[in-house]
Amino acid sequence: MANVSASASAALPAEKTFLSRLISGFTGRLLILVPYAWLLFFFLIPFVIVFKISLSQSAISMPPYAPAIDFSEGISGLWAALRELSFDNYLWLTEDPLYFNAYISSVVIAGISTLLTLLVGYPIAYGMARAPASLRPTLLMLVILPFWTSFLIRVYAWIGILKPEGLLNQFLMGIGVISSPLVIMNTYTAIFIGIVYSYLPFMVLPLYSSLEKMDNSLIEAAQDLGCPPISAFWKITFPLSLPGVIAGCLLVFIPAVGEFVIPDLLGGSQTLMIGRTLWNEFFANRDWPVASAVAIILLLVLVIPIVLFQHAQARAQEQDR
Amino acid sequence: MKSLGSIRRDFAPWSDPQAKPYIRFENVTKRFGDFTAVNNLSLSIYEREFFALLGASGCGKSTLLRMLAGFEEPTSGKILLDGQDLRGIPPYRRPVNMMFQSYALFPHMSVEKNIAFGLKQEGMSKADIDRRVAEMLKLVKLERFASRKPHQLSGGQRQRVALARSVAKRPKVLLLDEPLGALDKKLREETQFELMDLQQELGLTFVVVTHDQEEAMTMADRIAIMDKGEVMQVATPAEIYEAPNSRFVAGFVGNVNLFEGSVAERTENSARITGGSGAQILVENAGEAAKGNDVAFAIRPEKIRISSRKPQDAVNALEGEVYDIAYLGDMTVYYVKLDDGQIVRASMLNAARIVDDPLTWSDRAWISFRPDAGVVLTR
Repeated sequence: MANVSASASAALPAEKTFLSRLISGFTGRLLILVPYAWLLFFFLIPFVIVFKISLSQSAISMPPYAPAIDFSEGISGLWAALRELSFDNYLWLTEDPLYFNAYISSVVIAGISTLLTLLVGYPIAYGMARAPASLRPTLLMLVILPFWTSFLIRVYAWIGILKPEGLLNQFLMGIGVISSPLVIMNTYTAIFIGIVYSYLPFMVLPLYSSLEKMDNSLIEAAQDLGCPPISAFWKITFPLSLPGVIAGCLLVFIPAVGEFVIPDLLGGSQTLMIGRTLWNEFFANRDWPVASAVAIILLLVLVIPIVLFQHAQARAQEQDR
Repeated sequence: MKSLGSIRRDFAPWSDPQAKPYIRFENVTKRFGDFTAVNNLSLSIYEREFFALLGASGCGKSTLLRMLAGFEEPTSGKILLDGQDLRGIPPYRRPVNMMFQSYALFPHMSVEKNIAFGLKQEGMSKADIDRRVAEMLKLVKLERFASRKPHQLSGGQRQRVALARSVAKRPKVLLLDEPLGALDKKLREETQFELMDLQQELGLTFVVVTHDQEEAMTMADRIAIMDKGEVMQVATPAEIYEAPNSRFVAGFVGNVNLFEGSVAERTENSARITGGSGAQILVENAGEAAKGNDVAFAIRPEKIRISSRKPQDAVNALEGEVYDIAYLGDMTVYYVKLDDGQIVRASMLNAARIVDDPLTWSDRAWISFRPDAGVVLTR
């Protein structure tokens, strides 16, 4: 009898932990469900809709493509619609060099802009990380401050600065550096300026967070071992800030590739970027299926290299462990 | 004082007036804003010495070390290393290396690369670097971990990597900032002796900063006790313990009983001190205390005998009551409340397992000590 009661009381806490584990497991699952649901409704379903449109044909109707799925005919209507889908729009993209050139030029412009943003952002982030701790929150707020006004208004403001009779030219001519106005508006330079300016916080913030947590004694140790400060930067600080560099570059590069507002407002009509092409297909040509195909390809161009890259990184980290 | 020199080895350049100091702090002051971290400090350290800077946190010992490494410049005064003034020489050109308290291992480099880092800066050839790195790995017994990254090592292993990295360049002086602070007690005790062996083997000058007196006593040839940016006493561990020069040093290192009083009588060597309540203490080696001076008589707990009856032969004997007893296994600590209210700590080694007639709480007891068992402190 004593034995039985002993074993029963021993089993009790075990059951309790099992139950609590079940509950915590359930709430845990519920928690991960939230981002998955978000991705499902706001990424996967829109993606499937866009993908479906990209396989349709443009038509003068509402919506401007065919076939549209007729839900009144049930399953057979769905089948009838699916049978008419084709990859014609994707073939069309390969036939006209305009699209290929737009993709390439977007990637190149975004790449150069990302590099420029890094060159501008790194010293800012470094300076912030080295500033007295009491000053850092203020500096951080100053970096985020531009977000408080509309992105569009800020890009318009650059027109006022860069145009031939704009602030910059007036200033430079006023102090006598140049005699005739510089042509910056409607050139690639204007696009670079616009992208670097607009995306700078996305570069500075991840860089700052990786530089800020770095132990200063590492730099001292490097110097102590005979390494002058500049060399210590390249051997210690920079390699250790690489995660921040990569995060910042991705945060700038990805939206910059598909950027529409900046090339449209600052780059003028002759700039070739995929965002503009996309806009033209949707709104000027009203060819939704081709526009959707452009968007799908853009997504693949961006997603595949990034996924491969992250996979390789995760692997390298795994090997480290 | 014949037996208060270095007990570890035959090494005492500080008592040789011909010996030239290797490191010399001359009237060094360092201020950070209003705060004076180091105040007009002068100090000599000799070649091949194992020197410890001991003090509570904030006493300026780390600042002293950082000035030697070159991370801080003195506000005034100068630091000489082997006759050369170090002012203006950046850390990367100083022939000293430092082992950091946090170890400061480069997380993105393997153990090997960490150790090789300083050698590469020197422009040493690849073959020489490989040889030296292998030698260092062997020295700290980490051959099997050469390609690991720091985060894959235990705390003790990281400490060894930091040590190997800092001695790899064969610096003139190795600076160690709380080298054992992050290790657990057992590992710390083992590592103390390893550090001493290493210092002997490499023949380097070690300057170690620590707040752990046991660590300093075990390892160092000489200890500088620091307080509020000043050096209170520089001496061998035995001297610091047996002949402290002030109430602060006596109280800082080990346990001590202080009897405050004034010198009632003074002969050539001895002095008679009268306490506030009239207790008389006869002391030999009274030092510079003059008649009428207010002094403290300092005596270590293990030099006091405790007995239930008044010892017949004792020169100094005071009566009181057992107030508290702490049994520690190897020894027993008695707290005796004297009749004037002062509590005296006396420790007895438990040399025998069974004691007849043991003292217990509230027993009347006598404490006694020899006239040469303590020192007279004027400061």
